[in-house]
Amino acid sequence: MNVTWLLAWRNLWRHGRRTWLTVGAMVFCNLLLVFMISLQLGSYQMMINNSLAMVSGHLQVQHGDFMADQRMRDTVPAVVALSDSVRAALGVDAVAARGQAFALASSDDRSFGVLLTGVQPTLEPQVSSFPGLVNRGRYLRADDRDAIVIGAVLARNLQVDLGGELTFLGSGRDGSFAAGIATVVGIVDTGIADLDRVVAQVPLTWFQDVFTMGDHGHAVVVRLPELDTVPAAVSTVQGLVADNDSLRVLDWEALQPGLRQAIQSDMASNWFMYAVLIVLVAFSVLNTQLMSVLERTREFGVMLALGMGPGRLARLVAMETLLMAALGLGLGLFFGALLIWYLSVAGFTYPGMEEMAARFNMGDRMYPEVSLLALAWGPTTVFVFTLVAAIYPALRLFRLEPVAAMRAA
Amino acid sequence: MSGASRVVAVLAWRNLWRNYRRTLVMLLAIGTGVWAMIFMSSLMRGMTDQMVLNGLAVLPGEVQIHHPSYRNDPSVVNSMSAPGGDLLAALEKPPVTAWAARVRVPAVIASERDNRGVTLLGVDPSAEQPLGSLPDEIVEGRFLADAGDRGVVLGASLARKLDTQLGKRVVIMSQDPQNNVADRGSRVVGIYRARLASNEEQFVYAGRDVLQEMLGIGDAVSEIAISAGDYRQVALWAPAIIAAAGPDLEVLTWMDLDAFLASMLNLQDGFTLILMVVVFLVLSFGLVNTLAMAVFERVREIGLMQALGMRPSLILYQLLLESLYLLLLGLAAGNLLAWVTIKPLESGIDISGVAQGMEMMGMGTTLYPALAYQDMLMSTVVVIVLGLLASLLPAWRAARLDPVRALNKT
Repeated sequence: MNVTWLLAWRNLWRHGRRTWLTVGAMVFCNLLLVFMISLQLGSYQMMINNSLAMVSGHLQVQHGDFMADQRMRDTVPAVVALSDSVRAALGVDAVAARGQAFALASSDDRSFGVLLTGVQPTLEPQVSSFPGLVNRGRYLRADDRDAIVIGAVLARNLQVDLGGELTFLGSGRDGSFAAGIATVVGIVDTGIADLDRVVAQVPLTWFQDVFTMGDHGHAVVVRLPELDTVPAAVSTVQGLVADNDSLRVLDWEALQPGLRQAIQSDMASNWFMYAVLIVLVAFSVLNTQLMSVLERTREFGVMLALGMGPGRLARLVAMETLLMAALGLGLGLFFGALLIWYLSVAGFTYPGMEEMAARFNMGDRMYPEVSLLALAWGPTTVFVFTLVAAIYPALRLFRLEPVAAMRAA
Repeated sequence: MSGASRVVAVLAWRNLWRNYRRTLVMLLAIGTGVWAMIFMSSLMRGMTDQMVLNGLAVLPGEVQIHHPSYRNDPSVVNSMSAPGGDLLAALEKPPVTAWAARVRVPAVIASERDNRGVTLLGVDPSAEQPLGSLPDEIVEGRFLADAGDRGVVLGASLARKLDTQLGKRVVIMSQDPQNNVADRGSRVVGIYRARLASNEEQFVYAGRDVLQEMLGIGDAVSEIAISAGDYRQVALWAPAIIAAAGPDLEVLTWMDLDAFLASMLNLQDGFTLILMVVVFLVLSFGLVNTLAMAVFERVREIGLMQALGMRPSLILYQLLLESLYLLLLGLAAGNLLAWVTIKPLESGIDISGVAQGMEMMGMGTTLYPALAYQDMLMSTVVVIVLGLLASLLPAWRAARLDPVRALNKT
């Protein structure tokens, strides 16, 4: 057994350059895969957490019909009390109640339809990254009543500045006429025009008064520290609201169905690329092994004539491939780990990424996911496909006739 | 020389087939690589095209004219009079294929149940039609008959949120130039479906003349949208419109109107090239290896040829030619395969399973791969240039062999 391994090892180095080139192809491909996969997974984490932190949170309690149609009358009764009991049950601070309504906002000169969100000023900063983005004026305070924070584009369109007054006209929960006046205390400029155009936040108590909501609201929003704690939290909260059939607990996938799908479609197109790279490397290995079998036809003929079975020869070739693939795997893992380590320290960015980042609500630097999966998936798959590629050359050995082989040119 | 090079050309071709298995495996590898390059770039091109086209259908048009303050302050105050004189003349002649003047103001729409903030579009259907800016599909009722139609057309998603339906009345409210709220009740005459649900919720269509009357703005409009067919050619004809519009109006191309779309387009070209180079690099290991093997088995033969007086440059030439044949065959196979696989898909791949995710990227539910000759050309150039560069090393080594040693090699 030992002799066969030794033979296989030596055979590899009869053509040192060829072996290194083949191993090089594997290592290069491994590094590419490690690079792409780890950044890909890392960027998904970032995308999910950033998007959720912006508005929706990790889970929400809503009226069953509210998600689809966002109608005013689909409310959560006693929303603040419910939010408090959710906070107690989950043991996390980041739980807040919200209400929302469409209204016509008018300044002295301009009118626009806006989506008003009633928030709890002290709790909202914990569930959403939005309050932290106020860059002129201040965010809402606990003692505010008729104060409002709006997006920069909306402020420009309405031609109001800090201290300006906005009048709101809309309809209340019972269909009655609703009107109120609020003073602009803060302006948010996230740089994401779509958000800056629509944000308008007012204190929940004032919101409930103006829109005749009573103690109703539209959502309890929860932000959790980790994505993987979501399912457990969902079932806890479900237990809390079990006595009210109209309420539903939605996790982040239900709140932002686009997010998971965007990730899936991105993954699908990336897998295609990975598959192509792996197939190309497999071809390269196939060629090398085929060459090394063909050029040794005479040698194999002699060995067969001396009584070595074709099975043993095939095993020899398989061992050569295994050694070569293991070399590729080892080097790939080693350099891949170095690469991930470097990227996790330095981050990664490319030209044009800032615009993409603004659009998809991500940071302007990507960090890789540091995990065994991200590191080992690519190299291991290359390893497996390399072994598969060597089957054809090894099978040829069974068709070898000793006499004809020894006479081969 | 020409005789010698012809002989070398024949030699290179025959050498290629001396070890046909190796050549076939390599051809398979190059073919797969080239196919993948073109296939992936056609998918990417299809996605970007779709994003840009969707974006342009919403804008709409490749060039728009506004009052200079309109974009910062999209209010009815910043309207302009209907085009006349030079501008009208420029709009009526080629290459402009379609143009439409529209009223576009922010508004609130209220049903008896609920209300929403929307963008109200006062359109002239006969002018919008050729611009391709009308809703893709009317699911109930009809679209507006003409600019004087007194009804409104809502998106299906908006109608559901407002809890209203075909034939019901809704109230539209907006602001007139004196800052008073102008409103009118209108009957919902049609419900449309758009490729992107967010558009369905944002845009409400009404007759242009009716809106002008409601807002009291005479024949003034907010926006003139102009199209000439190919969005990639806009730089050629935009200057004529700018000149005709004069200094008092702002004329912008879609690249200025939607910087993100424009940067997507640039990014796509860069991405395609990177993709091709990456695929090629993986391929190149195999290519160099194959060629190095081909040289290795022929060391004695090359030594003999040199001893017989063949110049090293001819040997270099012969090996590069051999590599070129291989690359060209692989390219032909890959391009053919790409053509055969992509053409049937160009009618569209259904991706509605991930529709909402695609919508985040501004795309619809169908992906239309676009096979562009630029991508085929680019992959060909990348493969030939980089392929020959990669082949230089083994070919160079072969050309510099010492004849005596080479001949004695066992």
